Order: sequence, then C-alpha cells, then structure tokens
Amino acid sequence: MNPSPPPPRDPDLLEEALGLGRGGSPPWRLAFVEDCVETSGAFVLHHFLKRALSTEGDGTVVFLGLAQPFSHYDRVLRKMGCNLSVQRNKNKLHFIDLLNLEFLDEKGENDIEIGFMDLYNRILRSIEAIRSKDYNGGWTTIIIDDLSHLEIAAHGSAKHVLDFLQYCRSLTSEMDCSLVILNHEDIHSSDEALQMLSHLDYISDILIKAETLSTGIAADVHGQMTVIIKDAPGGLIKKLHSFQFKVKENGVEFFYPGSRF
Amino acid sequence: MATAADGRLQGARSANTSSFSRARSSPSAVLPSPPNPGVKLGPNGATFVSSGIPDLDTILGGGFLLGSLVMVMEDADAPHHLLLLRNFMSQGVVHRQPVLFASPLRDPRAFLGTLPSPVSSSKEHRQRDTLVDHNQQDQEKGLRIAWQYKKYFGDQQSSQNHNRDVKQEFSNDFDLRKTLERQHVQYIESMSIQDIPHLTILRDRCSNFLSGLPRSDGGNLSAGRIAIQSLCAPQCGYAEMDWDLVAFIRFLRSIIRSSNVVAVVTFPTSFLLPAFLKRWQHLADTLLSVRAIPDEDKDMAKLLTGYQDMLGLLHVHKVAQNNSQVPTVLEASTFSLKLQKRRSLVLERLNQAPVEASSGTSYSTSGTCSGPSKGSSLDF
Repeated sequence: MNPSPPPPRDPDLLEEALGLGRGGSPPWRLAFVEDCVETSGAFVLHHFLKRALSTEGDGTVVFLGLAQPFSHYDRVLRKMGCNLSVQRNKNKLHFIDLLNLEFLDEKGENDIEIGFMDLYNRILRSIEAIRSKDYNGGWTTIIIDDLSHLEIAAHGSAKHVLDFLQYCRSLTSEMDCSLVILNHEDIHSSDEALQMLSHLDYISDILIKAETLSTGIAADVHGQMTVIIKDAPGGLIKKLHSFQFKVKENGVEFFYPGSRF
Repeated sequence: MATAADGRLQGARSANTSSFSRARSSPSAVLPSPPNPGVKLGPNGATFVSSGIPDLDTILGGGFLLGSLVMVMEDADAPHHLLLLRNFMSQGVVHRQPVLFASPLRDPRAFLGTLPSPVSSSKEHRQRDTLVDHNQQDQEKGLRIAWQYKKYFGDQQSSQNHNRDVKQEFSNDFDLRKTLERQHVQYIESMSIQDIPHLTILRDRCSNFLSGLPRSDGGNLSAGRIAIQSLCAPQCGYAEMDWDLVAFIRFLRSIIRSSNVVAVVTFPTSFLLPAFLKRWQHLADTLLSVRAIPDEDKDMAKLLTGYQDMLGLLHVHKVAQNNSQVPTVLEASTFSLKLQKRRSLVLERLNQAPVEASSGTSYSTSGTCSGPSKGSSLDF
C-alpha cells in the first residue's frame, strides 16, 4: 500500500517567483530557461517535470527529449523521488524521444518544414491522448530539452524554428497548457545570432536564467538564478527575482545570497 | 557483488519477497568471470575506461565515461592535444579495445606509429602504484620513505605477484620515448578526413564501427574508442559547412549515448565562429582544453613553481555527469602537463610561488580558457 501522500510543502523561491503556489495552473504560457556552458540549466527542467507529475498537482507532461535519452531523465528523477516509467504508464507523461532527430535529407529544404509539422502533430496527438481518457482537468506542461538541438536539426533555419515555436505558443492557448523551453543563451549572444534572442524574448512570458556567480564556481553555491516576469509577452518587465541555487541529487535548493551559514 | 544486486532487483519486482532475498535460483548469479581490467564500474551504473593518463582519470573521477563525448579544444601554438590522443589510443591498444582513428593527415597510420608503449613495470613503478593517491609533491616524501618500503618489499612482492594475474591495471603509464610496435597497432581502424567532401563518409564509418563492436565478450563488459583529430581543420573538405559539422557532432553523441564507446574529438577553436564554438562546447559531455606555455615568460616563471618543467596547461571545463543533474565542482580545474622522468605524462595542480608585495595578478587562477567573465550580475 502506498503511504499517505506527504503534506504539501511550502513553495520554494523559484515556485514563488513563478507564481506557482500549491498546484494549479501557472499564470503564464511560455517560459524560457537560459543557461550557459559553465552552468547547465537542465536541473530547472527536472524541477518542472517533478512538480508537474507530483501527486498534489495532478498535472501531465509532454516531454521532448532532444538532448538525452529517456533513461537519463528516468535515473535523475528517480533520485528526486519521481518514477518516470510509472508516470508514463499512467499516461501522465508522454516522452517523445528525439535524440536522433534529423530533418534534412539530400532532397532539400522542404524536409525541415515537413519535419517540424510532424513534430508539432506528435505534440498535438500526445496532448489529445492525455486528454482522452481519465482526464481530470490537470494542467499540461510541454517541456523541450533543448532548443539548440532543434536548431541543429533544422540546419540553422531560424525561420522554421521560430515558426514552430509560434505554433507551439498558440497551442498553449488553444489547449490550455504551458510551454517550458531550455535555451543556451551564450550560443545566441554573439552578433550573428542576436536576432534569435530578440525573437525569443518577443514570444515569451517568463525568463529563468541560470548563470555562474561572478566570483566563479563554488561547491556550496552552484550559481545564480534570475526570474524575469513580463507584463505581456515581449513586454516590459513586471517583476524580477534573484536568488542563488545549489543542485543536489534529490532536488535543488534555492536561497537568498548570504543566507546560508 | 552480483548476488547483492540481483537481490535488490528481486525486491523491486515482486512485492512479496523482501529486498533481502537471496537470488539463489537466479540464472545470472554465477561466479563472476575475471573482470575486464580495461573497464571500471562506477556509481549510478557508470562504466569508465582510462584516458591513458592516470592523473586525468583521477581528476575526472574515474576516467572517461563510456557513452560520453569528450571534446578537447586545441591550441594553435602547440600540439598538446596529440599527447592526449596518443595516450588515449595506446590505452585502448593495451586493453585490446577496438579503436577508430580519424585524422586530417593524408596517412593516419603514420601517426599510429607514434603511439607510446606502456612503461615496463619495475620496482619504482610498483612503488608509484602504492603512492598513487598522494599528490606529486609527495614524490620527495616517497623517496624519503623508500628505504622503509624496501623493508616490506619482500612481503609485498609475493602478494603483488599473486594479484598480478587477477588485477591488471586499469590505467597505464606510457613511456613517450618508446613507441608501440607495428603489430600492436595494426588492428586500429583509421581513416583520413582530409579533403572528404562531406561528413556522411565519417558518419557511416562511425556507425559501422559501433555496429561492429561486440556488446560484451564472454560476460565481460567491452569498450570501444573513437578518436577524431582536429575535426574542423581547414584541410578537410567539409570545413566550411558549419551546420553539417555541428549536426555530425550531435549525431555522434546520439549514437554513442547508449553504447559502450567513448569518443574523443579534438578541434582547433580558431576555425569556428563564436556561436558555433559555444554549440560545440554545449554538446560535449566532458570538455577539456590544452594550452601552450610560452617558452620564456619571466612573469609566469615568477608566479608558478616548476615552470621550466611544464609542457603546457590542461583546463577542465566540464566533466561528464552520468545520469545525474549535479555539476562536478573540481577543487582545481587548471593543471600543468609535465613529463615525469622525461617519459610519462603527469598532470599537476598549479602552485603559486610566493607572491611579492608588488605583483597582484595570478596566471594560475585566471580562467584562460573558460567562458567570458560576466559583467552585470545581480548578486547582492
């Protein structure tokens, strides 16, 4: 017999910043998680994944795994107390394995368009499959890990990638779900790629940045997190939160600078 | 070890048996065959092979993770990445692991003739083994207690001879002055990537290499090694195809992910656009860079001890994480490459010489090969 579910815990700093509270739907549609080579932001996706699949939330997830195989996420989340295989069997998690995703053929450019359309349809079908049976109104989160792999699969065609993102964004309003995408900010911060960043900024509601501390890498504080909430997609900054984090096997700790020790 | 693992599995599957049940009836609970010395098991189901440089294995927490992609950023001023590649391949030869070597040289086999052979085990080698946990600075301490070691030598030798059959070394010291004989390196697959028009040729070769690997030979874990030298070098026909190159790396990463192969790819960073350099760095599981040390740098000589003996610097940017989200935080990430006894490669932590009152900057702590320093951060 399963033990009685643990009492809902207080939201951590990230959840507070995102207005997530105790389960229920988030007040935003599209969140970008940004990281860099020195500090990986994948842990934020794991955090979202765990939260969405927790028993209190009753949420569901469509996960596009472009960067790692399913076994990786399975192992990581298991240490955080969430069994992805079980959730997959319960139809709460749809994992789309895209480790080998490639669009471009010798045929030419059209394959990218068709490729993205196929991908979009797969996401749509997953959401419909989630909604079909035993649906109890829980919130669906689409998580993409990560955007740079989509760009590589699209052979650098920013236009196609942005179109795809626009479609996904409209999907969030049609199907009442939210979208979380991991993006490597340092790839786009060079001159030739800055345009992409501004496009991404235009369509997003929330930006979660994971950066290294200016003082360098430390064992106790792995980095600094900044959460930027806009009043409208691409609009002005409504609120800004800043705190630090330490990643552990069983989760992440968020805290204000100087509040440890 | 095998029975304990089986016991745990049994417990997880059936609700009735406790997790402490003995897997006596399990068909796989046979006596484990002598483990393959070239492959080491680690936590979380990780399997390691040695990089060919024992110090590097220690720094990386075991060695190169099978299924991971190791990328080495070259320095245009010095070919230190070749040292890493040579030792990596030699280690594969010593353990009879299949090796695929791709190089922009017209004739890669010429490079294979320069692979170092392992240091022949001798008294001093065994002595080094017993001191393997100590820092290189303790070498002097080792010499001081050598006379004590000889006292126990008689007892230790018999036990070591006994262990010699069972415990071969996971990681060898290689003598850079001696090369492996031709017959040993004959089996290494090699291909030239000079002037190849596009990367599908390299892709197919890598796929074939992987499919040709034995999954496990006789119950032991087997491993394979792919070594690619200077992937984006300008003499390769595909060098202009930025997106094809990064797509190849993504492809390589995806095919080795669920395999028992580790791939080491070196590349000259100066031939990549900054955005693509970042893409390559993100795709790497383990990211290293080698740097040349200028010959006569008086400032550096003042700042670091042992400067004259240094060949170059090795910086560890990223360490592969196996099924974990926790980043590896190293105490030190920049090391000096040195030749010990003028023959084997060692990595040492940098030691600052006593700083005079006037000088302020320090080379050893500047992250020379790391990312750009952040300007505006919001930490209060």
